[in-house]
Amino acid sequence: MAFLDRTARSLLLGELFQGMALTLRFMFRRKATINYPYEKGPIGPRFRGEHALRRYPNGEERCIACKLCEAICPALAITIEAEPRADGSRRTTRYDIDMTKCIYCGLCEEACPVDAIVEGPNFEFATETREELMYDKAKLLANGDRWEPELARRLELDAPYR
Amino acid sequence: MTGFWATPIGITVLTVLEVLAILVPVLLLMAYLTLAERKVLAAIQLRKGPNVVGPFGLLQPFADAIKMVMKETIIPTGANRALFLMAPMLTFGLAAIAWAVIPVNDGWALADINVGVLYLFAISSLGVYGIIIAGWASNSKYAFLGAMRSAAQMVSYEVSIGFVMVSVLLCVGSLNLNDIVLAQRHIWFCLPLLPMFVVFFISALAETNRSPFDLPEGESEIVAGFFVEYSAMAFALFFLGEYTSMITMSGMTTILFLGGWLGPFGLWPALGPIWFILKVCLCLFVFIWVRGTFPRYRYDQLMRLGWKVFLPLSLFWLVLTAGALMLFGWLPQGA
Repeated sequence: MAFLDRTARSLLLGELFQGMALTLRFMFRRKATINYPYEKGPIGPRFRGEHALRRYPNGEERCIACKLCEAICPALAITIEAEPRADGSRRTTRYDIDMTKCIYCGLCEEACPVDAIVEGPNFEFATETREELMYDKAKLLANGDRWEPELARRLELDAPYR
Repeated sequence: MTGFWATPIGITVLTVLEVLAILVPVLLLMAYLTLAERKVLAAIQLRKGPNVVGPFGLLQPFADAIKMVMKETIIPTGANRALFLMAPMLTFGLAAIAWAVIPVNDGWALADINVGVLYLFAISSLGVYGIIIAGWASNSKYAFLGAMRSAAQMVSYEVSIGFVMVSVLLCVGSLNLNDIVLAQRHIWFCLPLLPMFVVFFISALAETNRSPFDLPEGESEIVAGFFVEYSAMAFALFFLGEYTSMITMSGMTTILFLGGWLGPFGLWPALGPIWFILKVCLCLFVFIWVRGTFPRYRYDQLMRLGWKVFLPLSLFWLVLTAGALMLFGWLPQGA
């Protein structure tokens, strides 16, 4: 009897038709696709995207060249050189991030005592050449100026959990 | 007919025009079949599919075609040049010439020959040569493995397809495709011969190397099978060949089992070609739907299904059909 049952089931293709009914139902479900370049998914305040160097509201750069980020960077992507400035304050003369080495772990951001280096919400910084991904201080500061409102909002939202 | 059309030149021009009248719609259908496949598969997988090139991605096939034409055809050093280039042309050509006998409406076939079914069967069997030649001429082990699998698969499933066709022919009493359709005026053969219809459709999937029987391509194991070494236009021709043979197989299914250009319950007989195209599209949709549903068969399962299930089953139903026809005196007259 079990043999007959099994044979009948396999000859009538029951399971195959069940499977096809399932895929047919899925055809009419709402699509999960986000139409990427035209619409984008939500990004959390802790999203770790492109780096930026921030400034104080008076325009002074925050970074004090403590080199904690350089020390903690597990990918050795950050290179910092520093010297006292004419007014006696200690500032970086060189702040480079090799974006091709960076693993976007966010440790530099956590190590920074003055919230100078941060990872912003921008993830669309693809370039046509490798050299363009060797970011220098000017590029990072420009990023900071460009994204400052976003960066400040992010830090504020994340502050209760720090 | 005026004088010009009766002259040799006139006849040639007329024939060329007739060929174009068949081939151009088939090629257009094929181009949009690639898009439809991507759209349907995407829908099944909760994606959207191509929707950027033109409205609803309708220009995508042309973008793909331009890309294919622009690319370089790479011929491997170890390959046999002549055969390597001949194989894709053969595959595509064979898939296309099958349309010479397929009647789209009553008497609307390019060549209304009396052995239409035999011709179709022969052409679809020849398709394996393109694949074997491609696999051998590529001089690569993946291509060779794919070609061997493909040959074994096509040969195995042709046997059961042959028996299915014979049982249809028993009910019709003619090898002419036009007569086969006309014999279905009262009832389409997919109802009385339902098991054979299913066997035929599944064998058609295997015959065209479609999923779940796409072992010859087997991306996950032998990269792309017989056409790994192909690029650009040569690759495109294989692609065209595969999709055209899908359309041909759907056309065959339509003629043998779904009543060709006849509307359901004899509705709107004037819409013949439209009914035909609708039925072909339905078959093609099922082809894609099956691809979106089932995982790939293993090679030994494929062989088991072909030789140990389909062959006895189709043989049994052939005998049963013949017996029933004899018993009830339904044998077609003049057979």
